Amino acid sequence: MSVLQLRSVSKTYGQEPAQVHALITVDLSVRAGEMVAVMGPSGSGKSTLLTIAGSLEEPTSGEVLVCGMALAGMSPGRKARLRRRVIGYVFQDFNLLPGLTAVENTALPLELDGVPVPKARTAGLAALAKLGVADRAGRFPDQLSGGERQRVAIARAVVGDRRLLLADEPSGALDSVNAGEVMRLLHAACQQGVAAVVVTHDAQLAAWADRIVLLRDGRMTGNTTRPRGPESLLMPGQIR
Amino acid sequence: MSVPHVLLALLSEGPKFGLQLREEFEAGTGEVWPLNVGQVYKTLGRLERDGLAESDGTEQDGPQKRFRITADGREALAAWLRTPPDLTSPPRDELVMKVLVAARVPGTDAHEVIQAHRLYLLELMQQWTWLKDGEARNDLSLALVVDAELFRLDAVIRWLDAADTRLRRAADEPSRPAPAPAPAPQLRRLGARR
Repeated sequence: MSVLQLRSVSKTYGQEPAQVHALITVDLSVRAGEMVAVMGPSGSGKSTLLTIAGSLEEPTSGEVLVCGMALAGMSPGRKARLRRRVIGYVFQDFNLLPGLTAVENTALPLELDGVPVPKARTAGLAALAKLGVADRAGRFPDQLSGGERQRVAIARAVVGDRRLLLADEPSGALDSVNAGEVMRLLHAACQQGVAAVVVTHDAQLAAWADRIVLLRDGRMTGNTTRPRGPESLLMPGQIR
Repeated sequence: MSVPHVLLALLSEGPKFGLQLREEFEAGTGEVWPLNVGQVYKTLGRLERDGLAESDGTEQDGPQKRFRITADGREALAAWLRTPPDLTSPPRDELVMKVLVAARVPGTDAHEVIQAHRLYLLELMQQWTWLKDGEARNDLSLALVVDAELFRLDAVIRWLDAADTRLRRAADEPSRPAPAPAPAPQLRRLGARR
């Protein structure tokens, strides 16, 4: 089943003659366990796609479904619950709360959803452990390296039973080795059954995805199609 | 690729047989560039002729002949490592030529051409990345070679993006008087002439 479906989604801002068509009849479907990277130049509509997929904005037309539930007509309360329980967000600048420790940051979405604090903290610690930073649980964000902060941010996005991960330039502030590690961790999270949409301008990071989708001027212009498997494009003798 | 210098590097670790050198060359470069044993012996012959390596004296080339690096060989290796390769002249690049030509051929959409190449390169990068996530995780040599290839392909995609943007902007500029017919595209020679 698709965790995320965008069906002919369009988004328009403003009025003529200054109307901006941020997205134009975009179709996108992401299955559980799949990571899709969205690439495109500035102004192509990548961030708009992410905010609509995350129920933070409504499309002008078309349908958005998360775990089979249509977002159109959903009450604000229900959307907020969806964002707390089903959707995880990873931002370029991490967005960790400076006054909370790593485990407190990670457990926060669960606590906001009413999960008792001890249970939430246990889940937070487990999420940090999966990201390899359980030993940093008691540190504050300014005591963590950039790579560690991003791991905490990912842990916060996947804690609990999140089904959909939305990441906007998740490695933007990191060096290439750490950035690659972040993508590997995101992909590992997908292998646990999460669906992920990652917006990035960086081809090396997009290459971690199972599928890369290209946007330009609000339209989807193409996508890679080769499934992960034997390295058929590589020349004989180039692989063992 | 300087096979002689890589063989000297392997010999700098200690005396070795020809077949051993072939195996270590391939293992040390992630098995991405296969090397046939004939080429190994030919190269060793040249190194011996040039005084950069010596053998244990057996007449015939073969698995019993062991080679070692000489003092001159160590100096040559050190000099090679520190000497930057000649990067002054841009190589003939088929993709660059295709985009240049696509921009001129009537009826050809250069952006479609760019897109086709962009998607192919992205798929190639995916495959290298999946290899890096698999076998190369425990193989430093392979990881370095794969990284080099990923950075190279990334640079090509960045150029395609830049070319795409330039062509769009050029198309949006107000029309100018038609220029005189231009000669076929040529690469301007920069730096040393070939």
